[in-house]
Amino acid sequence: MLVYTVRRLLGAVPVLVLASILTFVLIDVSGDPLADLRLQQPPPDPSVIQLQEERLYLDRSMAERYWLWVTGIGGNGDIGLLQGEFGPSTQSTTYDIGANIAERLGVTLRLVGAAMVLAFGLAVLTGVVSAMRQYSKVDYTLTFIGFLALAMPTFWFAGIMQSAGVGFNELVGTQVFATIGDGTYQAQGQDLWGRITNAFAYMTLPTIVLMLTTFASWSRYQRTSMLEVLNSDYVRLARAKGLPERVVIRRHALRTALIPLTTVTAVGMAAIIDGTVLTERVFQWRGLGEFFIAAVDSNDSYALMAWLMLSGTTVIVANLIADLLYGVLDPRIRYE
Amino acid sequence: MSEKTLPDTGPRARAEAVGGPERTQMQMIVRRFLRHRPAMVSLAVLAVITAFAFLGPHLWAWDHRVHGEIPPSVPPGGDHPLGTTRAGHDVLGQLMRGAQQTLKVALTVSVLSTVVGSLWGAAAGYYGGRTDALMMRVVDVFMIVPLLVMVAAISGTVRGGTTWWAVSLIIAVFSWAQIARVVRGVVLSLREQEFVEAARAAGASPWWIIVRHLLPNAAGPIIVAATLLIAVAILLEAGMSFLGFGIQLPDISLGRMIDDARTAATTRPWLFYPPGVLLVVICLTVNFIGDGLRDALDPRQTMERR
Amino acid sequence: MTVTTSAGGAGTDPVRPDDEAVLEVTDLSVDFTSEDGPLRAVRGVSYTLRRGEALGIVGESGSGKSVASMAVMGLLPKNARVSGSAKVLGREVLGLPDSEISKVRGERIAMIFQDPLTSLNPVYTVGYQIAEAVLAHRRVGRARAHERALELLRLVGIPHPEQRVKQYPHELSGGMRQRVVIAIAMANDPDVIVADEPTTALDVTVQAQVLEALNAARRETGAALVLITHDLGVVAGHVDRVAVMYGGRVVESGPVQEVFHSPRMPYTLGLLGSLPRLDGDRATRLTPIRGTPPALNAMPAGCAFAPRCPMARDRCRDEEPALSATDAPGHTAACHYSGELDGVGPADLFGDGTAAAGRERTRATGAPVLTVNDLVKNFPIRSKGLLRRKVGEVQAVSGISLELRERETLALVGESGCGKSTTARMLLRLIERSSGEIVYRGQPLHDLSPRRMRPLRHELQIVFQDPFASLDPRMTVADLVGEPLRIHGERAGRARERAGDLLDLVGLDPAHGSRYPHEFSGGQRQRIGIARALALQPKVLVLDEPVSALDVSVQAGVINLLEDLQEELGLSYLFVSHDLSVVRHIADRVAVMYLGRIVETGPTERLFREPTHPYTQALVSAIPLPDPVRERERERILVTGDVPSPADPPSGCRFRTRCPKFAHGLSEGERTRCVEEPPELLDRGSGHRDACHYSEAVELL
Repeated sequence: MLVYTVRRLLGAVPVLVLASILTFVLIDVSGDPLADLRLQQPPPDPSVIQLQEERLYLDRSMAERYWLWVTGIGGNGDIGLLQGEFGPSTQSTTYDIGANIAERLGVTLRLVGAAMVLAFGLAVLTGVVSAMRQYSKVDYTLTFIGFLALAMPTFWFAGIMQSAGVGFNELVGTQVFATIGDGTYQAQGQDLWGRITNAFAYMTLPTIVLMLTTFASWSRYQRTSMLEVLNSDYVRLARAKGLPERVVIRRHALRTALIPLTTVTAVGMAAIIDGTVLTERVFQWRGLGEFFIAAVDSNDSYALMAWLMLSGTTVIVANLIADLLYGVLDPRIRYE
Repeated sequence: MSEKTLPDTGPRARAEAVGGPERTQMQMIVRRFLRHRPAMVSLAVLAVITAFAFLGPHLWAWDHRVHGEIPPSVPPGGDHPLGTTRAGHDVLGQLMRGAQQTLKVALTVSVLSTVVGSLWGAAAGYYGGRTDALMMRVVDVFMIVPLLVMVAAISGTVRGGTTWWAVSLIIAVFSWAQIARVVRGVVLSLREQEFVEAARAAGASPWWIIVRHLLPNAAGPIIVAATLLIAVAILLEAGMSFLGFGIQLPDISLGRMIDDARTAATTRPWLFYPPGVLLVVICLTVNFIGDGLRDALDPRQTMERR
Repeated sequence: MTVTTSAGGAGTDPVRPDDEAVLEVTDLSVDFTSEDGPLRAVRGVSYTLRRGEALGIVGESGSGKSVASMAVMGLLPKNARVSGSAKVLGREVLGLPDSEISKVRGERIAMIFQDPLTSLNPVYTVGYQIAEAVLAHRRVGRARAHERALELLRLVGIPHPEQRVKQYPHELSGGMRQRVVIAIAMANDPDVIVADEPTTALDVTVQAQVLEALNAARRETGAALVLITHDLGVVAGHVDRVAVMYGGRVVESGPVQEVFHSPRMPYTLGLLGSLPRLDGDRATRLTPIRGTPPALNAMPAGCAFAPRCPMARDRCRDEEPALSATDAPGHTAACHYSGELDGVGPADLFGDGTAAAGRERTRATGAPVLTVNDLVKNFPIRSKGLLRRKVGEVQAVSGISLELRERETLALVGESGCGKSTTARMLLRLIERSSGEIVYRGQPLHDLSPRRMRPLRHELQIVFQDPFASLDPRMTVADLVGEPLRIHGERAGRARERAGDLLDLVGLDPAHGSRYPHEFSGGQRQRIGIARALALQPKVLVLDEPVSALDVSVQAGVINLLEDLQEELGLSYLFVSHDLSVVRHIADRVAVMYLGRIVETGPTERLFREPTHPYTQALVSAIPLPDPVRERERERILVTGDVPSPADPPSGCRFRTRCPKFAHGLSEGERTRCVEEPPELLDRGSGHRDACHYSEAVELL
């Protein structure tokens, strides 16, 4: 098991390195961080531009810059991933990319965590029900809901939920759901109960929206996996032993059918990150989504790369955890 | 010896041969597809939407641009069946153009990604070994980046107008990997089939095997994956537009329309709901068609997508 | 251990059948809904099983034999409609709600399934899964259930049960897993055990062990047995009564001796005639039943067998015969003219004229066409460490030498994993060899480039085992058969023309060339595969298990075809097979393989009459004979255990770990030689060679 873990860990390294090169090159080629400055009217003094170029290391070749970005050797101490520095920002000289990400991480994680847990639970439940009642009305209904969810643009659904929230608030006459902001500020100085109600008000709608982005595909996958297991010989043998149907489903079918879902969940991580950006924009959260949009808007290459590396690493780590979990859950892998 | 051609009743044959003799593969596929009601309905609906998007602009009085004669913020009815925007667009005209751009992007992405992905996946699967390992690492890299964020970052940093084909290209660059993965899986399992070995025993070259045996047998999964990719591309394009990085004004896409109406969901709902509903209907029909195709072409493939 | 028993079937069973009916099935019918309308899988099946009795249900695939038993257990999928009655100890079980039927399953009736590799849940230990069966019906503690699991493992003959009980299914061999399934079945001393093809997926020597475990289970629990199988030999040795199913119905039933010796239904007679027998006359031509079984959604109006029956008359096509009594007590048959079958042999009814004449075997005197010297195939073993370094090699084939002569059939036999298929593929360069020589008519093949090898593909061709996987489903039959010609540059029109001739040659209608493979039955597809192999007019055909995926009644037709083609076209066959009965029928010479080595080789007649290597002896004695009397009186040599891993073969003689002679017949000093010195393949006279230090001929047939 240890060897297996280490091997998986080592396998992830080249993927991460490749991803970093790809990201760096694409971002670097696609835009000029100083485009806005150069277009300014009246045109700024060439020395100003030169100064900015030096500050952002744009006076070096791309290869040099990549090396600098990764190691920080030969820089001004504000760059080098391996030293924990993400590089200078175009947004201002005092804008610290790392600190900004750290500050927003908590907000985003809260949303992602809640959405994933909920999506997973609901997906397993609906997938199992669908599989056990294959071709029934329930199955068809759940299948249609799944297809609808797959076809739904996250941001549009978010908009609908937002106006539904507003409508509901008007209907009951009090502010049950908050539709704007992440509620961090409002939670300050509250007691525990206050924090809980605050979290409920601010988190419910965005969580439902984000949940939808992965719920459908996970549920469909769980249905397929469950159907496969239900038709397997060992489930038939479990029935032939005389185990009650309930025990057969729980102990033999569900337990085994859950294993492949671990991998699918990890792959869904990337989709969740996409969804977070959209959801945060609609509900105007000050999370990593907003950070990302601001970075794109101001051509902030280093901030973008920092963001993309963070998300890439998250997906890789999620895949790694899924692989290890697979090993724990499936004895055939465990002893390989 | 004269044996009557009767379907075999062995357990493996029962699934495919019981339908009686004299029916070709193609006929069975068509029959299974025709029987898939959601897919058939979807096909009809999608045909109507396509006509709406491509023929509509020629028939309707208003295009997607601002016109001085158009009164601002008129609710649906009268001269403007879907109302107008504050700036003076006719919403119906915008909707036609938006749907058209969206469909163009989606189809282009699907074709580009499928061609690249199929070749990449088939090569990796057929050659195997180190080549395969290396090629699939590259695919992994593309699989781990969040698609929307990546395409948004790139198109957002490209200054100046982004046209529909530029958007298609950017999306395609990041979505071929999924197709490559599917095709590689299929080719890997096909490669081990005895009929491939039989062709090798007859002296067939790798090229002959790929063209005559592997690709025709992988066609089913490829078509299904390509169809489902259309829906993925539509949502990606819409997401990009919504973030403000897709097709730029004065051109319009469905995602852009929703973004423009973001704050109008309660005050001027005619701006917010039509593009969204159209988007959902297009994606829904495409997914149902994909589902029908899967049932018809490739009944055993499992549902695995992002 | 050398167990010499008279097959421990029902004859020696301590439990005497008494009159109490434990399972009573009456007029059982099962329909499936499908895309193409209802499939009538089982139609009005009735039988009674008395306490301690063993009933065999025999039939080919699609005859409904498995479905009928699943219906009794309530294990069919939801799209099945079951009608009729099934009473267990007088209590109706059909249509019981889940809470009730689950009390019957495992407690009263237990079931054993065909494929041991998929029957056990991969995520639980073997011990847990047995204990679970105990706990499902007994209010005992976990500890007690665990003890019982150990006890059961011991009963079914699994060595070191204390270790095995903690292992997961994937750590056990197929034979062991099937014994675990048997242990689960006997956990609650059921009244009936239903075994559905329990040994079909296993090798013969392992089959013998598993059947032994099944007997132990019956002795221990006193359960009655329903043994469902397509193998007439297994039935002959292990049941009291037999029911033959065809087209969803029981068409004949009675005491096993009666049915085997004087069948009263043409189908049963045909089955017996199409079976190559280990104890039969090699010169007798097999008598296949023509045609294929009826489709379940298109049953003929009258007797389901009428379209294939040589004695069918108008009445047979209009009116389905009922299962009615014959002249012998307890013997029933569903044939309007069963009386006419008295004293009729298979050849009388199903023969095609040539059968009666017998056939002259052309003795192989030709020059060698294909010679193989010291052929070796290694597969690398990667370490389990971080770097997956190559730490060693599996010798799948370790030094094989063969000589195939003109117009001769050389059989390569052995159990799964012995390297026979790898050898066959190396000859055709489908797998690259590690070392050794392959020479075709004086020309070395082993180091030709793929391009220089191409012209030689004309001479050497192959027929594969699986008639479903070996034909590209997207090509028409004519394209498939003509493909080799197209590859070698023939025009499309000419290739199609030739394809028509070839289809005709293998007994198919050339007009069907425009159809796709899925429209053909297994036997027909195998003929297509043969036609394709013949397209380039080869001199040598490698036949890789060409009939083992086929039902017996169809298999005989393909075997006859192969024999005819050899005669007509002057072919040489390398016949790879695990089925000794077929090999004995078709081969001129035989080479027996064990763990990558040839352990014995010689002329067929001699090798089967007096095998000298203990492994060959065990193989021959493990093949069940389709003859209830002889099968029960046979002397048996049983081997224990499983084939060792080729990655770590035993030193010296590779068979010694399972060798009954090594275990019981040798002194300590003699054994040392087996452990230290690998035996050479030495001549014992007239081309009979074996690789055993202490070989001696034993007559087993």
